[in-house]
Amino acid sequence: MNHSIDKTQEASFSLPARVLHWLMAAGILAMLFIGVGMVASVSERHNWLLAIHKPLGAALLLLVCIRLIVRLTKGTPPLPADMPEWQKHVALASHWLLYLLMFAMPLIGWAMVSASGTPVTLIGAWTIPAIAPENADVFAVLRAAHRYLAYLLFATVLLHQAAGLFHGLIRRDGVLKSMVSNRA
Amino acid sequence: MLEKNETRPSGLTAGQKLIRFTVIGAAVLGLGAAFGYTGGWLAPQRLTADRIANTFEPGGKSHPGFRRNHAKGICVTGHFESSGAAQTLSSTPMFSPDASIPLVGRLALPGPNPYAPDSSVPIRSFALRFSMPDGQQWRTAMNSMPVFPVATPQSFYEQQLASAPDPKTGKPDPARIKAFFASHPETAQFRKWVKTARPSASFATEAYYSLNAFVFTNNEGVRQNVRWRVVPLGTPAADDATPEHDQNYLDMDLVQRLSEGPLRWRLIVTVADPGDPSNDATKPWPDSRRQVEAGTIVIEKSQAQDHGPCRDINFDPTVLPQGMAISDDPLLPARSSVYAASVDRRTREGLSRPSPSSSAASSEHSK
Repeated sequence: MNHSIDKTQEASFSLPARVLHWLMAAGILAMLFIGVGMVASVSERHNWLLAIHKPLGAALLLLVCIRLIVRLTKGTPPLPADMPEWQKHVALASHWLLYLLMFAMPLIGWAMVSASGTPVTLIGAWTIPAIAPENADVFAVLRAAHRYLAYLLFATVLLHQAAGLFHGLIRRDGVLKSMVSNRA
Repeated sequence: MLEKNETRPSGLTAGQKLIRFTVIGAAVLGLGAAFGYTGGWLAPQRLTADRIANTFEPGGKSHPGFRRNHAKGICVTGHFESSGAAQTLSSTPMFSPDASIPLVGRLALPGPNPYAPDSSVPIRSFALRFSMPDGQQWRTAMNSMPVFPVATPQSFYEQQLASAPDPKTGKPDPARIKAFFASHPETAQFRKWVKTARPSASFATEAYYSLNAFVFTNNEGVRQNVRWRVVPLGTPAADDATPEHDQNYLDMDLVQRLSEGPLRWRLIVTVADPGDPSNDATKPWPDSRRQVEAGTIVIEKSQAQDHGPCRDINFDPTVLPQGMAISDDPLLPARSSVYAASVDRRTREGLSRPSPSSSAASSEHSK
């Protein structure tokens, strides 16, 4: 998880890590917008956004599992040595938080639908098992958690976006490049 | 702030830096604003689920833990006995010959007040959740009127606003209601019905209608637009409620009738002809349309709603088994979305209350 400072490491993220990053970036942003849009919408959008939200959430849960394995096996390029200490701490903490939320959000969503007693359908009438008891109190807590953690995830994504651009435009230290292109 | 490093491209001027920071700020703010717009916070004119749900909290007051609408009700349990005749319409396991499907239901009054007198509205409602052995569910929420007053969520919202209690008098303003109906000619059928509608003295003697159209698909893949209704079987029509009836006669009547034996309704599916509107709940289909009797709904027991098995069920009419789907009726997604907002609110308010007995839920699946 931590940014290793092993000098022999690649200067860029591995190809699978880069592919997964951008694939999930698009998927997570889409999920956040679909989620906030579908709970507000009273048009036919409500139903078809919901029909996308669930299988896309399941797909992102699978992807983040693969991604964590890739991260642990392939490692990550070190942060620039001259980065201020506080920025390194923020980078580390925000990455921990992103990974935590990438796992928590789909699992809470799945558990929340389970607790509501509604069959957990992914595609058409294809259902997956419930992972929480049918209970209104459990539902209420998970429903609130799903909403507020989504806001937290969106805020963390915005911070991540600002930091990436800061590295790419202001510091120009190769950190953004390490997720965009392959440099040995 | 940032120390220069030999290996990096030459430093930026203050002006360049300012422009680049502006670009970063704009990117973050732009994405944040798009999110706020999508969620409806930055679009105050857009009709959202929360804004419709708010109309069921007149004066910003709600009854914590209760449904936002159809707040006063009673739980019932029983089962559905399939005739097999509707198998030609939908592939759902419910309609197999001789299928017996457990159900949890709820009989209720429209409106947000759980303490409303039973004669305050001439409409009653019947919601059902059928649980099939393979885990699939069919949920439906029906009303005891053959047509809905409006066709769209926007018109429904306007009707809610027009019939909201006037802050000055605490009562709806007849002039505003009149103006609403005048500007919504599609309400004519409903107004015709409501003129003759009297609050009945019993839940058991009413027929209840799906109102919205749905799409049934059979094993051959043939899709047809349908509506359904449940019609009381073997119960003579009850008298209209009289002034002698107290505020809560409906529950008493139901308990009394159930003590003498189960109550039954025939589930009748109406099949649309080509050209019958499926997207307009204000337009009933002609009586001459094909009617299929899918089976019998048998209600055996009732339970008070505050601890009954129906309390926490969201009777979202878009929860459907294989072989059934929503039509293009614009009210259906709105119902789904607003019901979800209502469940979100009332379950959170209900956190401080004891849970309903879960035994009812588990006995549902016992054989």
